[in-house]
Amino acid sequence: MLKDITLGQYFPGNSPVHRLDPRTKLLALLAYIIALFCARSWIGYGLLLLLLLTAIRVSQIPGKAIVRGMKPLAMILVFTGILNLFFNREGKILFQVLGIVITSGGVQRAAFMVVRILMLVSGTFLLTYTTSPISLTDGLESLMSPLKRLHMPVHELSMMMCIALRFIPTLIEETDKIMSAQKARGADFENGSLMDRARALIPILVPLFISAFRRADELATAMECRCYQGGEGRTKMKLLHFHRGDLVTFALMAALVAAVLALGSFGM
Amino acid sequence: MKEIISAQHLAYSYPGVDDTPGIAVFEDLNLMVEEGSFVAILGTNGCGKSTLAKHFNSILLPTGGKVYVCGIDTSLEERIMSVRRNVGMVFQNPDNQIVANVVEEDVAFGPENLGIASPEIRQRVDRALKQVGMYEYRNHAPHLLSGGQKQRVAIAGVIAMEPRCIVLDEPTAMLDPRGRQEVMDTILALNREKGITVVLITHHMDEAARCGRVVVLHKGKIAADGTPEVVFSQVEMLHGIGLEAPETVELCWKLNQCGFHLPLDKLSCEDCARAIFDAVGGGTAT
Repeated sequence: MLKDITLGQYFPGNSPVHRLDPRTKLLALLAYIIALFCARSWIGYGLLLLLLLTAIRVSQIPGKAIVRGMKPLAMILVFTGILNLFFNREGKILFQVLGIVITSGGVQRAAFMVVRILMLVSGTFLLTYTTSPISLTDGLESLMSPLKRLHMPVHELSMMMCIALRFIPTLIEETDKIMSAQKARGADFENGSLMDRARALIPILVPLFISAFRRADELATAMECRCYQGGEGRTKMKLLHFHRGDLVTFALMAALVAAVLALGSFGM
Repeated sequence: MKEIISAQHLAYSYPGVDDTPGIAVFEDLNLMVEEGSFVAILGTNGCGKSTLAKHFNSILLPTGGKVYVCGIDTSLEERIMSVRRNVGMVFQNPDNQIVANVVEEDVAFGPENLGIASPEIRQRVDRALKQVGMYEYRNHAPHLLSGGQKQRVAIAGVIAMEPRCIVLDEPTAMLDPRGRQEVMDTILALNREKGITVVLITHHMDEAARCGRVVVLHKGKIAADGTPEVVFSQVEMLHGIGLEAPETVELCWKLNQCGFHLPLDKLSCEDCARAIFDAVGGGTAT
């Protein structure tokens, strides 16, 4: 059951989207999000949706995978929709029962908010589905490298992310093992009140933490043995390079953001 | 031949907590490892095998005496990186020494730390992966590999740094027989083909029997040192310190207890069988 967790899941592939430089994808996502928040009309949203769908199509990521990723969001979407529907009093009154007022402005806002969240999340999915965690951390490190001048530990942060991602499956496996061991000795995780079940987690968490610390210690020794001494003087096997596709993406994104912003300033 | 590692009058004790005295592991240990050799270090748990290994690349520093690696004193702070570059370490648990979540990225970790140029790293990584037979798995996630494969990736990560010596601290302890075989074949090939010095710390007598030289440690002292034939024929001594000889030698020794007079230096099954055959008077053998 623990194996189902999809965290930064990556679909290996060789589509044009996969081949883009991770920095391009990160920046494009940022531009896309900004545009999404600036869009005020269906034309703006339509443009962005067109872009999103094209990108998904080109990436060859199965649409199902993106829909599946949305499922945990259902509650938030319903909640946002309802709140906006009921508490927005702009525009014509469409419907009025027992003090509940639904206005045309409310309907529009609710629809915008839901669409915005859906598009926001699918955009981010597209990034994590088409970019391996390691190139994602590489991209982040490279984009944030100007912050090194301000003594931000950029390399250390990206190293931490990389190791954390690497150890997620290992620790999940370990948790599974500990749970089985505790079950074999009669522990009960399924029954009882919420408090009981929370208490039953302690015998899992304590050994898990102890072993995580032990692993960390061993890993640190192993890294030292391999001459790790921080980011100073370190080189990379895979250098990041911008290609033609990256330039095209930049141009496209710039045009799109400009268009959406321009539309927004005309109130459209 | 030239020596690559030399421990001279090595003394080490783990620091005590508060006022309690530390625990002395070594008091006066002398050991030399020749360049290009394949040395197994044997001993029961707690005899100081792993502590000794950690002295070979400056993870632990001697509290007395000196350890020299390629002529460099391991206690010199500013030379630590040259020591570690020359002596690579592989540990018992492969999961806890793999840093990246793609095989080839992990193998590149060491060379990247050394500040080598990208194209050269690429070459070294490919070469190292081919040497351990894991090239086809270069884009795999390490957690999906078997134990033996993970350990071979760890070995590739070390040889990509092109060290002159590899120290392996019980690399096969967590592996199944097949994984053990894979790892042993890999390190034997590295020693034979690349001339890399190998120091193998192990519990398995059959692994030690394949090495050129066996050193038996007991309570921080060297109890025996020599070729496998010489060391393993001292069966009583090995039993006395809680070890066993390889199965073939054990068999001959037990038969000797029953009145046979078999030699105790037959390490392979064929040799052992031949010796027994001769002893029982297989006169018709040609």
